[in-house]
Amino acid sequence: MHEVDMTRCLLLSMHEWKQQHAPREPHVDRVHLEVGTFTCVEPDQLVVTWSDAVKGTWLDGSELVIESVPLVGRCVRCQATYSPDAADGFRSPCCQHPMEEIVSGRELRIRSVAYGFEPSPAHVPPTTPRPTAAR
Amino acid sequence: MHMPLEDTLGLNLLAANQHRAEHNREHFDAWNLLCLNVMSSPGAGKTSLLERSLAALSGRWAMAVLEGDMTTLLDAERLEAVGIPVVPITTGRACHLDAAMVSGGLKLLHQRLDPAALDILWVENVGNLVCPAEFAIGEHRKVALLSVTEGDDKPLKYPVMFREADCVLITKVDLLPHLPVDVERIEAHIRQVNPRTAVFRLSATTGEGFEAWHDWLDAQRQAVQTSPTLLHA
Repeated sequence: MHEVDMTRCLLLSMHEWKQQHAPREPHVDRVHLEVGTFTCVEPDQLVVTWSDAVKGTWLDGSELVIESVPLVGRCVRCQATYSPDAADGFRSPCCQHPMEEIVSGRELRIRSVAYGFEPSPAHVPPTTPRPTAAR
Repeated sequence: MHMPLEDTLGLNLLAANQHRAEHNREHFDAWNLLCLNVMSSPGAGKTSLLERSLAALSGRWAMAVLEGDMTTLLDAERLEAVGIPVVPITTGRACHLDAAMVSGGLKLLHQRLDPAALDILWVENVGNLVCPAEFAIGEHRKVALLSVTEGDDKPLKYPVMFREADCVLITKVDLLPHLPVDVERIEAHIRQVNPRTAVFRLSATTGEGFEAWHDWLDAQRQAVQTSPTLLHA
């Protein structure tokens, strides 16, 4: 259910980004997110709520692309990195140490926005006048 | 067809909530109060904890409560009976409090009293082990509860909540003689996902463990008075 609220936060950030381009109106193709696996976000659910939320808005037709970032821990005893797993109690396989340091997996980041501007009439180059017909 | 462009943002997905949380935090620091975000699954004993701690600490600290609940005022009414100011925040369909809701609660609280006169502001979050972990409200400390009746596997099943907690309270320990559950195993699982958190074992029925919990609370309150910016938002 919280994906709805996360989408709302994302829309607010997108609105602020759009303001930076004012008075031009960007047309957004894709929004790229990085979402760690050690977060409370279900990426598929976020895509669904995004698709519903942007219908009829300036972001209608844009795609939400989510890159999953795996959980990686670092064993503070031997400095080895490892993939913490709930089945192993998140301990390091090397030293059986608790999950003290997290290297990645907590990301909730808007990485980038792919967009463009529709050419406005003022920016359209004048068309070459048609040659007048010979009399 | 337009020319493709790309802006790199690197923004937190929850930046909008984070900005509001930082704004709340500025208020808490200006008022020189300690704000606690109390979280757990439904029925783990948040309200019972508050009833006992509020009654025990009211002579030492000036306190108030922002009480999050999806639909009812039942918990707020229980806490009002202790004689502490309580502002209910009914979240409707939302399964957690966010920084904007807490900001609204603060405005209502401000109408009733001067927050600068408070020492501790308790925020009782909505019962849920998932969503509240990701939404900052500007708190100085996150406190998570886990009752012994929930079993020993919850820290591994809901690791983000227990990872984020500055303090975990294992509640209802008076029931341990009647349950096939190993409290040592519960605590070990908590420490596996968060070796740095403080852990206390409590019973709101018998009062067991409250002295140590209140000592920890006193230390956090003193830390805010001394150096609020050293505590994370």
